[in-house]
Amino acid sequence: MAKTLVQEFSKGLWKEIPPFRLVLGLCPVLGVTTTMENGLGMGLATTFVLVCANILVSLLRDIIPQKVRIACFIIVIATFVIVVELLMQAYAYPLFLKLGVFIPLIVVNCIVLGRAEAFAYKNKVGLSAADGLGMGIGFTISLGALGALRESFGAGHLTVWGDLSFNFLSLFPSFEPFAFLVKAPGAFVCLGLMLCILNMLGKK
Amino acid sequence: MNEMIKMVVVLTVLSAFAGGLLAAVRTGTSEQIEVQQLQFVKGPAILEILAGASNNPIADRFNLTDGEIEQTFFVGKFDGEPTTVVFENIGRGGYGGDIGVMAGINLDTDKIVAVAVTTHSETPGLGARAKDDPKFAAQFKGLPVTETIKVTGDGGPINAISGATITSRAVCGSIAATLNQYQKLKPEIAEQIKAFK
Repeated sequence: MAKTLVQEFSKGLWKEIPPFRLVLGLCPVLGVTTTMENGLGMGLATTFVLVCANILVSLLRDIIPQKVRIACFIIVIATFVIVVELLMQAYAYPLFLKLGVFIPLIVVNCIVLGRAEAFAYKNKVGLSAADGLGMGIGFTISLGALGALRESFGAGHLTVWGDLSFNFLSLFPSFEPFAFLVKAPGAFVCLGLMLCILNMLGKK
Repeated sequence: MNEMIKMVVVLTVLSAFAGGLLAAVRTGTSEQIEVQQLQFVKGPAILEILAGASNNPIADRFNLTDGEIEQTFFVGKFDGEPTTVVFENIGRGGYGGDIGVMAGINLDTDKIVAVAVTTHSETPGLGARAKDDPKFAAQFKGLPVTETIKVTGDGGPINAISGATITSRAVCGSIAATLNQYQKLKPEIAEQIKAFK
């Protein structure tokens, strides 16, 4: 059953991509993807927490007793989330302001707790790290894609990073932004559409 | 019994380790965070209050101790003369916690130039309007430092935001403390500000 490092890493990128295949961690997916930048930032923060939490849980898997394992996972995950929050405040303050309350919510992101329970608790450090990294990057790509979609069609512009941005309204003056996509119901619709596309692509 | 002891020990050690790590990261980043907060949160508020100043108010600043608290004063120069100071006070008792309010006072006229809310945890659309709605902050413009800053419900001149009385009271409390502090420290402020001529 021993899979290679590369296999564990790459499954998170497509076959078991968290929001669309495992259908996990949807709260931030819908909440922060109003712009691509926010989505990517959130994805990177979650990836950091995922990798660190997976590594630590895997290192401690023989010591953590079965009956209090969830409590221990939460302690580990919450610690790394606070570390990420402090680092963001120190080095990326505008992103911290935009993500706001969703950063502490990484603690209860089902992906993080789910991978700790389903994988890191039962596997070696190297594999757990690869799993965390793969899932995290897959999550980041999903958030980025959804954010790009919602921002381009919902707001009429796309901010790639910082000051680099495309303004579709100036390129195509008759383009009417579909503001519905920027709100919560639009997020659900977008998510559904992407799920549909991925399922169609998967079937082939 | 052994199992129970093991559970308690593991949880305790893990929590202790987590606490230690977080304390270390917090101390390590606290200075950098202050720099960032100054740039992104307080900075815009200061520049808004001192719009039209000929200097850089964030660089031109001095500290004074008021009892046990150290207060930072940002200086604004108009027409070549340093006339205005901006400083922040925390309003306790906001709906979601503390509210940071920056106030600018003109030393020559002893009147409030403008106020701006910096940090808060208020409800968006209600209490958050203390920061977002310019009409609320505009009420404080031009008030003399001897004015009692209270909402109309408490007998003062300030119209509270409808649906956000607690927030409005906290902001008033902060500005009242600011005016108090200003009157107490005015001689020292006037002394320090001369250095920026």
